[in-house]
Amino acid sequence: MTDLLQRILPTVQKPARYTGGEYNQVIKDPADVRVNVAFCFPDTYEIGMSNVGMRILYGVMNQMEGVWCQRVFAPWGDMEQAMREHNLPLWALESRKPVKDFDMIAFTIGYEMCYTNILNMLSLAGVPLHASERKGLKNMVFAGGVCAFNPEPLADFIDFFSLGEGEDITEEILRLYDRAKAEEWTKDAFLLEVSKIQGVYVPSFYEHEYNADGTLERVTVTHGAPESVTKRIIEDLDNAYYPTKMIVPSTEIVHDRANLEVFRGCIRGCRFCQAGFSCRPVRKKSAKVLYRQAKETMENSGHNEVTLSSLSTSDYRELRELTDDMIPYCHDNNISLSVPSLRADNFSRELMERLQTVRKSGLTFAPEAGTQRLRDVINKSLTEEEILTTCTNAFAGGWNNVKLYFMLGLPTETDEDVLGIAELVYKVIQTWKENAVNKKRGLRVHVATAFFVPKPHTPFQWEKQITQEEYLRRCKLLKSHFYSKSIEYDYHESDLSHLEAVMARGDRRLCPVIEEAAKLGARLDGWDEYFRYDLWQEAFRKCGVDTAFYTTRGYGEDEHLAWDSIDVGVTKDFLLRERHRAYEEKVTPDCRHGCAGCGANKLLQEVECDA
Amino acid sequence: MPRLLFCKTGDAVWMSHLDLMRVFQRSFKRAALPLTHTKGFNPRPSVSIALPLSVGVESVCELLDFDLEGEKIPCEEIKERLNGALVSGVRVLDCYEGGRKLRELALLSCVVTLEYDAGVSEGTVERLSGLFARESLVVEKKGKNGVTEQDIIPMIRSLCVVPVDGNTLELQAFICCQNPSLNPMQLAAAIERYLPDCKPDFVKCRRVDIYDNDEKCFR
Repeated sequence: MTDLLQRILPTVQKPARYTGGEYNQVIKDPADVRVNVAFCFPDTYEIGMSNVGMRILYGVMNQMEGVWCQRVFAPWGDMEQAMREHNLPLWALESRKPVKDFDMIAFTIGYEMCYTNILNMLSLAGVPLHASERKGLKNMVFAGGVCAFNPEPLADFIDFFSLGEGEDITEEILRLYDRAKAEEWTKDAFLLEVSKIQGVYVPSFYEHEYNADGTLERVTVTHGAPESVTKRIIEDLDNAYYPTKMIVPSTEIVHDRANLEVFRGCIRGCRFCQAGFSCRPVRKKSAKVLYRQAKETMENSGHNEVTLSSLSTSDYRELRELTDDMIPYCHDNNISLSVPSLRADNFSRELMERLQTVRKSGLTFAPEAGTQRLRDVINKSLTEEEILTTCTNAFAGGWNNVKLYFMLGLPTETDEDVLGIAELVYKVIQTWKENAVNKKRGLRVHVATAFFVPKPHTPFQWEKQITQEEYLRRCKLLKSHFYSKSIEYDYHESDLSHLEAVMARGDRRLCPVIEEAAKLGARLDGWDEYFRYDLWQEAFRKCGVDTAFYTTRGYGEDEHLAWDSIDVGVTKDFLLRERHRAYEEKVTPDCRHGCAGCGANKLLQEVECDA
Repeated sequence: MPRLLFCKTGDAVWMSHLDLMRVFQRSFKRAALPLTHTKGFNPRPSVSIALPLSVGVESVCELLDFDLEGEKIPCEEIKERLNGALVSGVRVLDCYEGGRKLRELALLSCVVTLEYDAGVSEGTVERLSGLFARESLVVEKKGKNGVTEQDIIPMIRSLCVVPVDGNTLELQAFICCQNPSLNPMQLAAAIERYLPDCKPDFVKCRRVDIYDNDEKCFR
């Protein structure tokens, strides 16, 4: 008789994402395994399998003797419904074993809008949601990823967080667990020991108390845990573990290609950008090592596309050497090489021409703000001149398609800045009229505006988010100034960005809200077809939480912030200094034109900051 | 052009036709067997699969045509190298030169398995046999242009109902697979429409072999 899963599979969309069995997946003999890790990505297979961090850590864990790490993803709605109807608990792809049978359950969290997926996955697995309800060593839930830099909204659910880059710390955590399991420690004993590993944050060792006005009064540290937990980094990327035998999905995923990370950190300092500050310091990887790893990865995967990724690939010092090696190799092997997030400088323009695979549709800029004044405030160093020069060359070279990304609601933004976006767009159209070689095909300018979300560990971490009404007013104002048929204008959903802002700077009082929202049916919030703001509003109402506290209120500079227990390297003094420079409309040059003293270099012992 | 005979079984059945094309393209690359590419702005590797298989259907008789660059590699070696680079469930059974023209492919033998959780009721075999012995059986067919009606009887060369165990029956059928083609799952759809009380709890399907119009094995 056909088993339950096989009977459900024909009834759901894209069944191949639930079966595993891909090339290079890791299968171990259960008899050799002492620590079973269910590695959960709180979104669908297509998103999770595109995540480089997950692929690296899958490799890190599985190269350990006695450890078997298996993948788990959030099911799509149709599969979830079938699972609940038939009482089929969430399983891991490799062995098909239920998640509740695993020793450790790890989550990687990259986006605030997946918080309900975490709870939903635990619930589908039949694992108690609250850390306090899970009594033993079994089902130890830990989490990492950028959202762990403000872990408080998940504090009730996660036993401990692993902060920063996971290559080394994950191994240390699993070794300790291996010992704890063999010696039959209690959960408390394990948490006490694991909290001594640098980069581990055990939320239950930190008690939060609030003032009458709702702000955080004090955090009391117990169990001898550190006052603040410093994130981990890998200093020497050339010698760090990097898996060149990556799983090759059998079904289509979002980024269906090999991915090569050329360096870590960012020299740019755009004041709104969380990754730009929290991923510091800058550490390089040599072109020789990258080229070797690229070839191995391509040979082991059979991909026909590879992308060079980082926060700003133009800032990779050895980009010329690397592309000089990569372009002929890719050409000879029918591989297309893509280099996203290039800046509009001369070398990049030349490189774009050398990459024969660049489609004539791909010209994207993220000026983020419409006027030079506001770009100075946010420290985005892209100038109008750079944009227009690149457009001139591109239009003359046959491009007819431009995408421009902006944010609305940035600190100090006025209507003049909003209309500056329209002016910039018209200058782009004018440039096309003056330079296009083929006007018959017409020009398409795609303009998108996002709703600014202040993020922790950035100079804008204290900022107010404007109200949704005000955001929508600015969107409409902008829209009313777009007359050309060439312009296509999209703006982000305001509800989603408002909620994202709440979660990003949230504290522990959001735990019950997230739990309630999940109970009401909120899940896959990042997906339009599932996002239900009304469920969230009901959850906030039931829990008596006012979202304005976390968004439009703004945070005081002397306020104790929920994420102050987390040290990402960059100091609070520096962030404050940058905030004040923003209000003075003062640009801070990129790190290569002078160290701004962010403090992240103190994380380095063996090497210098490569900024 | 060289041709592969391959099977798609186990969990591989959940891959779509496009997924499978990609899996093969990557497997050729992993096996260091460089496919030729189509000319044009968006070059595509030259692999084509004879009869696209529906998601969920197993097969041990799939054909794939391909073309390699460079010096000729012995077929036996291609088979071995590919099998070392493929995903579980997809296996090359044979590789050879000079296959027949695909337009001569006409018939398919297949097995449709019917599972009855509460056991096969008495008389089901006879009733199903009777159903497929009718002069015509019109079944709804979902296509690109919405739902149409299709008489499946002219596309069935032969069919027998075989009991496997107390819970399982098999329809062993010999049907048209090209111009016109019958999706074997339509046999189960006919049961559901005309003998609803004989509707199985679960149906699965397997392609067994392919033939030309004279019922000669097609390679």
